[in-house]
Amino acid sequence: MASNVANRLYARRRFKNWLAMTLSVAATVFGLFWLAWILWTAVSYGINNLNLALFTQMTPPPGDSGGMLNAFVGSAIMSLLAIVLGTPVGIAAGTYLAEYANYRKIGTVIRFVNDILLSAPSIVLGLFVYTIVVAQMGHFSGLAGAIALAFIVLPVIVRTTDEMLRLVPTQMREAALSLGVPQWKVTTQVLYRASMSGILTGVLLALARITGETAPLLFTALNNQYWTTNLLEPMANVPVVIFQYALSPYEAWQSLGWAGAFVMTIFVLVLSVIARLVLLRNKLGNN
Amino acid sequence: MNDSRVTVAPTAQQQGLPAVGTLPSKMAARGLSFHYGDFTALNNINLEIPEKRVTALIGPSGCGKSTLIRVFNRIYSIYPKQQARGEVLLDDQNVLDPKYPLNSLRSKVGMVFQKPVPFPMSIYDNVAYGIQHHEKLSRSQLDERVEEALSQAALWGEVKDKLKQNGLGLSGGQQQRLCIARAIALKPDVLLLDEPTSALDPIATSKIEQLIAELKHNFTIAIVTHNMQQAARVSDYTAFMYLGELVEHATTEVIFSNPSKQQTEDYITGRFG
Repeated sequence: MASNVANRLYARRRFKNWLAMTLSVAATVFGLFWLAWILWTAVSYGINNLNLALFTQMTPPPGDSGGMLNAFVGSAIMSLLAIVLGTPVGIAAGTYLAEYANYRKIGTVIRFVNDILLSAPSIVLGLFVYTIVVAQMGHFSGLAGAIALAFIVLPVIVRTTDEMLRLVPTQMREAALSLGVPQWKVTTQVLYRASMSGILTGVLLALARITGETAPLLFTALNNQYWTTNLLEPMANVPVVIFQYALSPYEAWQSLGWAGAFVMTIFVLVLSVIARLVLLRNKLGNN
Repeated sequence: MNDSRVTVAPTAQQQGLPAVGTLPSKMAARGLSFHYGDFTALNNINLEIPEKRVTALIGPSGCGKSTLIRVFNRIYSIYPKQQARGEVLLDDQNVLDPKYPLNSLRSKVGMVFQKPVPFPMSIYDNVAYGIQHHEKLSRSQLDERVEEALSQAALWGEVKDKLKQNGLGLSGGQQQRLCIARAIALKPDVLLLDEPTSALDPIATSKIEQLIAELKHNFTIAIVTHNMQQAARVSDYTAFMYLGELVEHATTEVIFSNPSKQQTEDYITGRFG
């Protein structure tokens, strides 16, 4: 009798377990299916159009063949400048949140506002920079593009720094402070060391994120068909070139667009893998 | 807990210890109260910590024993809404006075925590870190101080060939001795130990206990422990706390063999707590 009840219970639990497993596996497969398809499309169209010219020649006029050297260089300059502008401010603000404002209301408010900035549509950031930089200067420029990207970088780094510092065990803070070392030294010499890999990962992921941003650049850096490294001129960049070329009726342009999309995807993939490795190496080092 | 009393085999040193209050005290709490927001964690505590002796603080969870030593180096003050009233004297100076320099207090009153937390740097740097902040030493002087601290913490023999390795690579017991070395490297007067062995296995625990017996020749020690056998083994004096009050404070021998308060007797015989 009793064992009968137990068996029925067991069978029911097994069924529930099977059902939950099946549903979650199905959900995973559904999600991964689209991702695989997108990647497959980028790879299959992109790889056929890869050639040396892509990295050595400038963007061509309509109907001509060429490469995207100016766009790659422009993207690299603007992204790096955005990281250079956004990282110090982001780390400083994240440190303030985690170490100085953690128990205060102002910290909660700033965190909330930062989260809004984090999820703000990037086109809004583009328009904002258009108003305060482009409209004032009177023309589009690489500098304005970098500033717009920096606004995307900033909240990501604030958030990661804040979270990574708060992951450091409280006892490490207490142990360092109880040596009679002032708080700013504890933060820069002990806590940064403990959360360095996490913060670095945040910077890498922020870089990966802005690599593909198109909307903020449309209003700021615009595009440039020619080679330039002058930050005060409109600057070529990969996302806007892809956007322009993909919409064009010229086959040579469309092929270039696919190749650019492929290179960008690989770049972001490599960055993400490096970010994971940095985190993983740190975890292994800790054990 | 079993029903029998914790047996104390008094060491030569424990026998014939002068009664509480007759030795010069290094630290003392006078009328000390402590509040977490509206909650009163300590109520009018008066306690003398005699110089170069080990004082154990025992009592059930939440009795305020950790809170008490966290007031001694003012580490509580990094959190909001925590407030101490009354006096804590170090060499007859009130360290709770806002004018008392905080970082100098912490260099004189070192602390070791429950969970060993080496800093994410080399074994050498872990020990040198505090010294470098407080003193300007030459490289060779610093080397000497690091070796001295690690030897005092009974760790030198195990790490002398790997000083450049990360402190996180040590075992739990070694990490805790590293934390002790880090604290005593500053040559503090007082060493506060907050349940220093509760995260360690029995062998590591016994090493730390032996170490405490050595360290009391040079330092005044206050140890919080929830392990009564440990209190009986390592301490000269024991203070029993309950619900934020200091119930009884006497030589460890008296507390464990002939306590004067019923509550103390109930606790050490395992009737509650």
